[in-house]
Amino acid sequence: MKTETIEVLKDRSSQIWEKGKDQKLACDRKSLAGSVTQRACAFCGSRVVLYPIADALHIVHGPIGCAAYNWDIRGALSSGPQLHRNSFSTDLAEKEVVFGGEKKLEASLLELIEYYKPRAAFVYSTCIVGLIGDDVEAICKSVGRKTGIDVIPVDSPGFKGTKKSGYQAACEAAFRLVGTGSTVGISKYSINLLGEFNIAGEAWMIREYFEKIGIQVVSTITGDGRVNDLRRCHGATLNLVQCSGSMTHLAKLLKDHYDIPFKRVSFFGFEDTARSLYTTVEYFNDPELTLRAEKLIHEEIAKYSAELKKYKKLLKGKKAALYVGGAFKAFSLVLALRNLGMKTVLAGTQTGSVEDYEQLKDICDEGTVIVDDSNPLELAKFVLEKDVDLFIGGVKERPIAFKLGVAFCDHNHERKTPLSGFEGMLHFAREVANSTLSPIWQFAPRRSQFNKSFSVPETISKT
Amino acid sequence: MLDGTTAEIRERKALRVNPAKTCQPIGAMYASLGIRGCMPHSHGSQGCCAYHRSHLTRHYKEPVVATTSSFTEGASVFGGLANLQTSLDNIFSIYDPEMVAVHTTCLSEVIGDDIPMIIKKATDGGKVPEGKVVIHANTPSFQGSHVTGYANMVTAFVNYMAESSGETKNTVNIFPGWVDPSDMREIKRLAEWIGIDFILAPDTSDVLDTPQTGEYMMYPDAGTTIDELKAMGDSFLTIGLGPLSVTDAAEKLEKKCKVPGKVMDLPIGLKATDAFVDALRLAAEKEVPEDLKKERGRLIDMISDMSQYTYDKKVALFGDPDHVVAMTQFVVDLGMIPAIAITGTPGKAFERRIKEICKDVNPDVEARAFSDIHFLHQWIKNHPVDLLIGNTYGKFVAKEENLPFVRFGFPIMDRVGHRAFPLLGYTGAMRTLEKITDAFFDKRDREDPDHEVELIL
Repeated sequence: MKTETIEVLKDRSSQIWEKGKDQKLACDRKSLAGSVTQRACAFCGSRVVLYPIADALHIVHGPIGCAAYNWDIRGALSSGPQLHRNSFSTDLAEKEVVFGGEKKLEASLLELIEYYKPRAAFVYSTCIVGLIGDDVEAICKSVGRKTGIDVIPVDSPGFKGTKKSGYQAACEAAFRLVGTGSTVGISKYSINLLGEFNIAGEAWMIREYFEKIGIQVVSTITGDGRVNDLRRCHGATLNLVQCSGSMTHLAKLLKDHYDIPFKRVSFFGFEDTARSLYTTVEYFNDPELTLRAEKLIHEEIAKYSAELKKYKKLLKGKKAALYVGGAFKAFSLVLALRNLGMKTVLAGTQTGSVEDYEQLKDICDEGTVIVDDSNPLELAKFVLEKDVDLFIGGVKERPIAFKLGVAFCDHNHERKTPLSGFEGMLHFAREVANSTLSPIWQFAPRRSQFNKSFSVPETISKT
Repeated sequence: MLDGTTAEIRERKALRVNPAKTCQPIGAMYASLGIRGCMPHSHGSQGCCAYHRSHLTRHYKEPVVATTSSFTEGASVFGGLANLQTSLDNIFSIYDPEMVAVHTTCLSEVIGDDIPMIIKKATDGGKVPEGKVVIHANTPSFQGSHVTGYANMVTAFVNYMAESSGETKNTVNIFPGWVDPSDMREIKRLAEWIGIDFILAPDTSDVLDTPQTGEYMMYPDAGTTIDELKAMGDSFLTIGLGPLSVTDAAEKLEKKCKVPGKVMDLPIGLKATDAFVDALRLAAEKEVPEDLKKERGRLIDMISDMSQYTYDKKVALFGDPDHVVAMTQFVVDLGMIPAIAITGTPGKAFERRIKEICKDVNPDVEARAFSDIHFLHQWIKNHPVDLLIGNTYGKFVAKEENLPFVRFGFPIMDRVGHRAFPLLGYTGAMRTLEKITDAFFDKRDREDPDHEVELIL
């Protein structure tokens, strides 16, 4: 099956739209059984959201695979403990599948807690744990009593759904710690930063902005996370939610239980970063803060503008496709790319909702194709049809882009440079330029004059 | 990252810390990708499928396609029959493969889905188009390891596909263990060089190391064909490379179609490659070509050139059993001393083989199956070594203990060479030797005091 012959799956046609055409949106659907979906599962969602809590023990209760595939695959940096980067698993074997894994889980937890002395422990349930009937909650309680630390079950069997349902379970688990610590010393100008995972050190950059403005960051959840920060995060005045897909649920819990309002923010690109900072200071309504924010934003933009212009000149008119996990990231990317003079011609997410897609449609240009829960064939089809210069996506999309001879930028968890904030925009521009302008694409078949004119003389090909 | 690891070794019964293995389904998926026009299908939650695809992609840097039954809460209660039937229906109508190779997951195993029955129902119900095939392997994640899953899928090729027409052909079956596409290519090169007709199953070369064509091919024009799988039953011999990975398949084929099987080590290093070449030569009833002898001679020459640097060096190895066993033999042949060799995969045979290989050079070798990298690290803290050989996950140990480190096996997620250059054969052995000595020399060049830096090594 080659890309030129690809047709969109019939059942999927309502999950693909083109801006400018009046179509009904369908999303938030379960992936078709038998499809090559790019989506993962609930366990994956829980695991990636909680794992940056660096001084906690994270143990996967199940057969070995779930722990192996998730082992240190995201560059969520910690400034202190590195415990989260190990892979712990009960490595369930046949015996436990028959007789239950409770004993093994308890023994594992006791051993690990004694050895590593973590601040808390998270226990992730995988698909078969529910089926074999382990009472994980009870084991956690009992181990918690014996060891004196919080041992928290994360209800994340893979079959529960997509990553989204895993995010929810992760939020529930994290929330169990909230409210158990002292809020002494927390300023009235204080925030929690939710859905910031400190990939490549991004949380540190954003934290610095707030500190310069005079706003205390009580906790980043969960990037460079600490158990004690979570315990006292209910003392913050305002919650900022960055990765909305993963953390809105926790923000809602904090609102319901502690009356802390939350705002959706994004620190990707000049525009969104500035807007997010202004939104925050506006909330506190202190002219001092506003002044400092203005100053910071002006200074930062001035610092990077000249170099950004250089990249804009180089990238003007290039066409981009993006396929990312959550919708909010897609919004930011469309704007940031526009800032670089680039046009988004294909935008898609794994888990967007109807409102998300309406908003995405609003900010996209006419003719942009929008896809929900896509697959390699579809993505390849549109990349070629739209003659894309750059693909932005994650690990599964990278080799597809390269196979097609299209530049690629990782805006997912495997990215290696911080893309947040003002400085991050420069990094982003550099990454985009590094790939888009690479001399390699002149050799890629679809661009190559060499390949087109390259034919072997018959005399040679016969010998 | 591993600064929390202490030298004091704890006997752990209950848990796994930093595993040296992963689960069965990914091996089955990899084996299936080596069949032309085959769609691997993961019968379980969609996360499994996504994980395996991502993990394979990180190692091979290639798109990896597979479908999933997308289990939901309902399926986990009522069974996955409906999911698999819908899947087969969708897969054939949408992706149009020649074959669907179903593997199970822990979830569908615990539920107890009867896959052969479901396949039969689908076939009888006309859900499988004429001329297309559905096969399956049981790959419970809570038994064995990823290598077991690979083995089970290769066995499924035999069980479902091999036929004997009654007429024996002058063809040899070669079952490779779980090796990279570059290695599959090397196996074919050696067999072609010696001049023998063969069927390599599976064969992932040109599937997971495709050139940039500007097109996305869901099924690259490569891999073992269905006709070849059928014809395996008419071959006069099967050569299996890697006892854990392919013994079962070779035995099943012997039983089913009376094709005698010979299982040997993966041709990693000098002796194991000699054995493979010898087996091919005998089967072909031909002389070993002069140029191949020269290639072997160049390896021996390189080993002698470098022997002063390898001799007596202590090595720690970890990875998959077939790989580690063959590599242990090779480092012994290089004059090195295996100090510890571990695998995450269970099975006492591994420990026996390592001890046997090391009996003259190090009878006290620490050989452990069903172990993990945490244990390996603790052991090294107590018994310092000069070199670490293993997959990408070894890098933390190497960094912590400041060890020269040679990457080998699966997965390698932070280097690119394994995609292009084989580990197997004489050339593969030369490359391994180059990597070992490079690792030694790079460390020396970096760390020697200025007045001791050697220009000539």
